[in-house]
Amino acid sequence: MAGYRELLARVKAEIDEISTVDAHERLRAPDAPLFVDVREPDEWDEGHIPGAVYTGRGRLEQRIEGLVPDKTRPLVVYCSAGNRSAFAAKVLGELGYVDVLNLAGGFSDWKRSGYEVTTPRVLSPEQRTRYSRHLLIPEVGEDGQQRLLDARVLLVGAGGLGSPASLYLAAAGVGRLGIVDADVVDESNLQRQIVHSTDRIGEPKVLSAKRTLEALNPDVTVVPYQERLTSENVERILADGWDVIVDGADNFPTRYLVNDASVWHGIPVVHGSIFRFEGQVTVFKPGEGPCYRCLFPQPPPPELAPSCAEGGVLGVLPGIIGSIQANETLKLVLDRGDSLAGRLLLFDALGTTLDEVTVRRDTSCPVCGDSPTITEYVDYVEFCNAPTVYDA
Amino acid sequence: MTRVRIPPTLRAEVGGARELEAHGETVGEVIEDLVERYPPLRQQLFQNGDLGAFVNVYLGGEDVRMLDGLDTRVNAGSTVILLPAMAGGARL
Repeated sequence: MAGYRELLARVKAEIDEISTVDAHERLRAPDAPLFVDVREPDEWDEGHIPGAVYTGRGRLEQRIEGLVPDKTRPLVVYCSAGNRSAFAAKVLGELGYVDVLNLAGGFSDWKRSGYEVTTPRVLSPEQRTRYSRHLLIPEVGEDGQQRLLDARVLLVGAGGLGSPASLYLAAAGVGRLGIVDADVVDESNLQRQIVHSTDRIGEPKVLSAKRTLEALNPDVTVVPYQERLTSENVERILADGWDVIVDGADNFPTRYLVNDASVWHGIPVVHGSIFRFEGQVTVFKPGEGPCYRCLFPQPPPPELAPSCAEGGVLGVLPGIIGSIQANETLKLVLDRGDSLAGRLLLFDALGTTLDEVTVRRDTSCPVCGDSPTITEYVDYVEFCNAPTVYDA
Repeated sequence: MTRVRIPPTLRAEVGGARELEAHGETVGEVIEDLVERYPPLRQQLFQNGDLGAFVNVYLGGEDVRMLDGLDTRVNAGSTVILLPAMAGGARL
C-alpha cells in the first residue's frame, strides 16, 4: 500500500506539468488554455487567476463536463502548491480531457511571481441562497451574478412590457433599475401590468413599481423618473449611467427618440412591441447591428398605427414579449449566448407561432449609417406626424 | 400560390384573415393580387403608387429591399410577411 508521498510521486509521473512562467505566457497567447481552480471556496474567494473557472476538487468529476463540454480544450489545472491539482489533472485525463497540464508550484508560485490575480467580491450567505439557481448554471455562476448585481438597466415604460421585464430583472438581481413613466396606475392597466396591483390605483407607476421590485429583492435599487422621455430630459436621464435600455414604450416618437439617443451613447436597446395578439421583439446593438431606423425608416401615418389603448391587447402577450426582453437583457449583461441583434422575432399568440426575419444595418441610415444626416435630437412628435417621405 | 401573412393592423381590410393566398410571379404581383381582391388594403399599403416606407415586406425571412424589391421572384410555397411598425407597449 502506497503512502501519500509515493502516491503523489506516482501521479505526477503520469501527468504533464507547466511552470508558472510558461503558463503566464500561454495566458496571453491566442489559443490560451482555460485555467481550472480546484481549491477550497475560501481560497478562491481570496484571489484567483483571471479568467479561471472554479470547481472544488470534491465535485470536480461531477461538474467539469458542465463547465468544459469540449474535451479537446487545453486546460491548466491548479491548486495552491500543485499537489491537489496533480490528482485533479489525473482524473481529468481519465474523464477524456486530452490536453491537461498541472500548474507546478500552483497559485502560491503564481502570486509570488507577481502575476495578475483577481479577487472576487464575495456574495453574502443570503445572496448565495437567493441566487443559488443562478450559481449552479456555468454560464452565470458567481462572476455572472456579480455582473448582474453591478448592472444598470433603464426601462422606458412601466406598463405591459416593463412589468414582466422589470420583475424578472429585479428577481435576477440586476442591481440598479431606472424606470421612466409619467403615468399613474389605472384600473384598466391591471389586466396585464403585473408589477402594479389594485391598491396602487392612482399611484404613480414608477413608485408603484419601485415598491413591488424592492420588496421582491432588497439587492435592487429602483431609480424612478416620473416623466415622459423627451428630447429635453433624455440626456439628463442617460447621464445617470445605463448599460442596457429596455424599450417598452407605446408610441413612435418615444421609440425614435430612444433609438437616436442609444446610438449616440452606444447603449444596446432591447426592443419589444405588442398589438392585440402579436408581438415583435429584437435587440438593437449600436456598432454591431441595425438600429430601429434601419428596421423602420419611417413611422406609419397615425391612422395606421393604433395603440393598444385603441386596439386592445391580450393581457398575457406583454408577459411573453416582456419576458423575452428580460432574457435578452440578462444575456447582454452576462455577455452569453446569441442575442437577437439582427433578428426580429414575430410572435403570434393566436396561432402560437414564432417567426423570425433578418434585420440588417442600413449603411444609408440617417442615424447609424456611414454618413449620418441626423446628429442631434429632432422634434419627434412632428417627425411621427409628418407626411411620409419615400425613398427615391 | 404564395401565402401572405397579414398583420393585425391590416386585418380589418381583409375580413379578419391572418393569412391569405395570392398569385403572382414576383412579390409586387402577389401584393397587387391581394390589393385587387381587397381594395381597402391599397390605401393602407401604398401612397402615391409606391409601397409605403413604413411597411416592411419579407420573403423567406429577408427584407425584399435587400433582394430585388417588389421585383423579387417568389417560389412556390414561399411565405410573404407584411410587417408594419407597431408602437404598442406602455402608455407614456
